[in-house]
Amino acid sequence: MSQPKTMFEKVWQAHEVVPETADTPAVIFIDLHLTHEVTSPQAFSVLRERGLKVRRPDLTLATMDHATPTRTEQVFGGAPITIESAAKQIRQLEKNCAEFGVELLGLQDERRGIVHIIGPELGVTQPGKTIVCGDSHTSTHGAFGALAFGIGTTEVGHVLATQCLLQKKAKTLAVEVAGQLATGVTPKDLILAIIGQLGVSGGTGHVIEYRGAAVRAMSMEERMTVCNMSIEAGARAGMIAPDETTFAYLADRPRSPKGAAWDAAVSHWRTLPTDEGARFDKRIDIDGAALEPMVTYGTNPGMVVPVTGNIPDRRGDPVFDAAMRYMGLNAGEPIRNAPVNVVFVGSCTNGRLSDLRAAARVLRGHKVAQGVHMLVVPGSQEVKRLAEAEGLHHVFQEAGAEWRESGCSMCLGMNGDTVAKGEYSVSTSNRNFEGRQGVGARTLLASPETAAASAIRGRVTDPRELLNG
Amino acid sequence: MNPITSIRSRTVVMPSTNIDTDQIIPGRFLTTTTKEGLGQQLFADWRYDANGAPRADFILNTPAAQGCRILVAGRNVGCGSSREHAPWALLDYGFQAVISTEIADIFRNNSLKNGLLPIVVDAATHAWLIANPGAEISIDLQTATLTLPGQAPVGFPIDPFARYCLMNGVDELGFLLSKNAAIEAYEARRGA
Repeated sequence: MSQPKTMFEKVWQAHEVVPETADTPAVIFIDLHLTHEVTSPQAFSVLRERGLKVRRPDLTLATMDHATPTRTEQVFGGAPITIESAAKQIRQLEKNCAEFGVELLGLQDERRGIVHIIGPELGVTQPGKTIVCGDSHTSTHGAFGALAFGIGTTEVGHVLATQCLLQKKAKTLAVEVAGQLATGVTPKDLILAIIGQLGVSGGTGHVIEYRGAAVRAMSMEERMTVCNMSIEAGARAGMIAPDETTFAYLADRPRSPKGAAWDAAVSHWRTLPTDEGARFDKRIDIDGAALEPMVTYGTNPGMVVPVTGNIPDRRGDPVFDAAMRYMGLNAGEPIRNAPVNVVFVGSCTNGRLSDLRAAARVLRGHKVAQGVHMLVVPGSQEVKRLAEAEGLHHVFQEAGAEWRESGCSMCLGMNGDTVAKGEYSVSTSNRNFEGRQGVGARTLLASPETAAASAIRGRVTDPRELLNG
Repeated sequence: MNPITSIRSRTVVMPSTNIDTDQIIPGRFLTTTTKEGLGQQLFADWRYDANGAPRADFILNTPAAQGCRILVAGRNVGCGSSREHAPWALLDYGFQAVISTEIADIFRNNSLKNGLLPIVVDAATHAWLIANPGAEISIDLQTATLTLPGQAPVGFPIDPFARYCLMNGVDELGFLLSKNAAIEAYEARRGA
């Protein structure tokens, strides 16, 4: 009998075009290359300079999300896009895709959205695939049992030209989550707690596999939230074994296999999970049942506390001291004292339909506190359409929140949706780095439930206080 | 890419831990469609005040930092976003190497592909470098060693293929294109 293998090893071996040697990295075949307007222009330029074609347009899919406007009049009404360089970048992607024969889900396409939201929606994200994109949150697609990771623009060019990448095999890290998450505790809280335990570089050089009862009980949307933030622990990829939940999600998606091809695909996908007895290079254990809603207090996603807790006192640690100065918060004080000026619900982390439902459930019948600006940005046009069919947009608008077209928006503020200097933003996105949401913006990462509860109260709030009555 | 064999320069020290790529080049500057000119925006939010004037207390704005080509950073430099604009900005500014005890994976890859040397050193060497800003040090790629003033050379790990490419100015795309037969065979095998 052959050596037991991890899921990562199985997917890796199935994609070795040329195995790794002592002197050269492996040549790995890429099954799906997602691309967007911000990290691709220089790669297309290289192709043009060298007279190269896109080798596999059939395995390449482009959309625009990072710098795109979210105001309806700018997306559909012909109003000028606020940021001129962003408008130019959008036109450049249109030109590049037309010239190189790459399918583009453009600004007004009803299938457009954040690249990591539309891949699964369309059914192009599938178990066992290698998936790359010039974006670090490509790890999202690992929720399906794909090996999915972010690459730089030079590598985008490599994949466009050869459909391959030069890679060294990563190490493996098992994150075992026992028990079940309590009511009001979400996968966002789980991944924040995991990053808090691992630290922001604890996963460097590793591919994470999330395992255990709490993970198995999650929906696909919830699994995507967990895998999405793998990179915030330094891991380029995070994976979850495919199971009946995965197959049910993918069945009848526009681009999932059909008929006999579906049956064959599912049979193959069932062989992917890690074999009994396979060895991981590293393992950590998390008690899922003991978790509470989590909120970050500092300037990296590992600086996180339970919403009921206090900011730790690590005075003397330069990272901590710098973070407190930037955030304008104090060691030892309850995180619930933190003020709130802006609430952002959206992003590739928490911009899916279930996230909007969760925020709406908390918000229904309430108003956003005076002085708080709440922005709700669906992760894709499909999410927007489904949310509107359920009337979720009315819940947000009646509470006083803004409802926009899809895109990355305030997660990174490239399109002009920003948080002002010194303001506190409770955000469902993935990074609380200095200036991430705008120059001088202060970001507290949290779940959609916590974000909505904080919008109502105007300070950081435990959503369980509102969910329980 | 020009071949690189050695670098000798004074260092700039930025001791902060977890310098992420959003700090190296903030997101609002990523709407460019070229690689050029990003050095102006390197560390923009630390380097300039709200009016765009240089902050006198930021290291890159001090006279001692001028002409330095080696950046010594705190642990876990380059974490976060995959933006290759980060090494482009560092190179455009004039840096040729970044030294730390830990360097984030995507940033390290992106740096190697552009001729910016990502060098991981042991804690003791790092502590010396942090304590001695402006020291003139040398990096030798052939022997994969770093030499501090008056000290014996210390080795640093570097992937042999990346070193070969850097020293010979070989671009990896050319190498991948040379594997066309293997790629075709793989595609045929999979019936792709």
